[in-house]
Amino acid sequence: MIRVLVAKPGLDGHDRGAKVIARALRDAGMEVIYTGLHQTPDQIVEAALSEDVDVLAISILSGAHPTLVPRIMALLRENGMDDILVLLGGIIPDEDVSAMLDVGVHKVYGPGTDTQEIVEYIKQHAGER
Amino acid sequence: MNVQMLYDGILAGNRRAVARGLTWIDEGGTRGKDLAHRLFSHAGKARVIGITGAPGVGKSTLVNALAISLRHRQNTVGILAVDPSSPFTGGAILGDRIRMQESVDDKGVYMRSLASRGHAGGLSRAAFGAITLLDAAGFDTILVETVGAGQAEVDIMRYAQSVVVVLAPGLGDDIQAIKAGILEIGNVFVVNKSDREGVELTVRSLRGLLSLTPESVDWTPPIIKTEADRAVGIDQLIDAIEQHQTYLRQHNLLNDRRYRQAEHVLEQSLDDVRKEIEVDFRRKALWKEAVEEILAGQDASRYVRKLFETWLNATSRGE
Repeated sequence: MIRVLVAKPGLDGHDRGAKVIARALRDAGMEVIYTGLHQTPDQIVEAALSEDVDVLAISILSGAHPTLVPRIMALLRENGMDDILVLLGGIIPDEDVSAMLDVGVHKVYGPGTDTQEIVEYIKQHAGER
Repeated sequence: MNVQMLYDGILAGNRRAVARGLTWIDEGGTRGKDLAHRLFSHAGKARVIGITGAPGVGKSTLVNALAISLRHRQNTVGILAVDPSSPFTGGAILGDRIRMQESVDDKGVYMRSLASRGHAGGLSRAAFGAITLLDAAGFDTILVETVGAGQAEVDIMRYAQSVVVVLAPGLGDDIQAIKAGILEIGNVFVVNKSDREGVELTVRSLRGLLSLTPESVDWTPPIIKTEADRAVGIDQLIDAIEQHQTYLRQHNLLNDRRYRQAEHVLEQSLDDVRKEIEVDFRRKALWKEAVEEILAGQDASRYVRKLFETWLNATSRGE
């Protein structure tokens, strides 16, 4: 069973995209933990640890990804949770994508991504533990 | 991580070990069962409180408020929140953390979302193992929130020492509560959202219904009014739970419950064997054969007995 944490860090209050993803993953047979809006990096990593998820799917629309994402990745490493598959979605400008991948994000998805593509990627890459 | 590392980590209260151990138990395989079995002798110290009720009555918010209050009383708290799995895809959306943010920010609280994974009765199949694990990890109080189906929430009685049934004003008439069968399992009743209209009516009809239940025990379930989102009535609720715990101890009923738990483990194992047989039959095309026999007018139960014998003989021959 693949368990996914769908996380909404920062101050933006739009979680429609996150909910669409959550539902698509549920319909693909995964267990999706959704923690609501305005999560801090510490709260997200704590939830990922407690829920022992295979995948962390982060949604950011506010433009705060250059500060939030590296912080989340650092906390994951500190806790020895490098084996989690980390996906980033929302509004991430093209010029920021490589920086996100550099800090350890596995894949960045922009607006209009087919949810099935995300499902397939997770099914292929979520590790056995 | 191997069993020994997990086992040591869990007994030391390491959060990652606790989390991974719960994953093992939740997946329902041999390694999870082994782990739960080994931890069982270290369990039995925690108080296990079940929280149940229909969807929308505020169970998660109440659990959050309870956890915060218990922390003020120097209790460490483990929370298991069970949500339904989709019967179609097996997937689930587990959203209980949304309403528990305040309590889970505290390092003295550990919260885990579980999906029911097709197990009817409101509790995930893994619940017993999960409770055992949190108990062995040293949490003082374990709060188990179950799927609010409102019907057949009977499972929780076997695991929880005290069962809190949550209701809210304006959610159907009193006959609904009888139909749901949740009156019989409650040791403490909560009418949440008590700032809403109709709260006195709900309390009155609940009191009326409770007076109808046969008086076989000398514990009268109290009815507590709460507003969980403002933490109103939570201290009274904890007092009521503690009184029930005292009652259980005084009447030596905790041991009774442990016996019933072991009984349930036995039932579950029996169920496992049944499933194993089914899988075996399907694999060997015996299943299709049986269906056809029944279509042709065979007595189903007699045929099943015959199949059982075939299976037992095959297993004893080591096939």
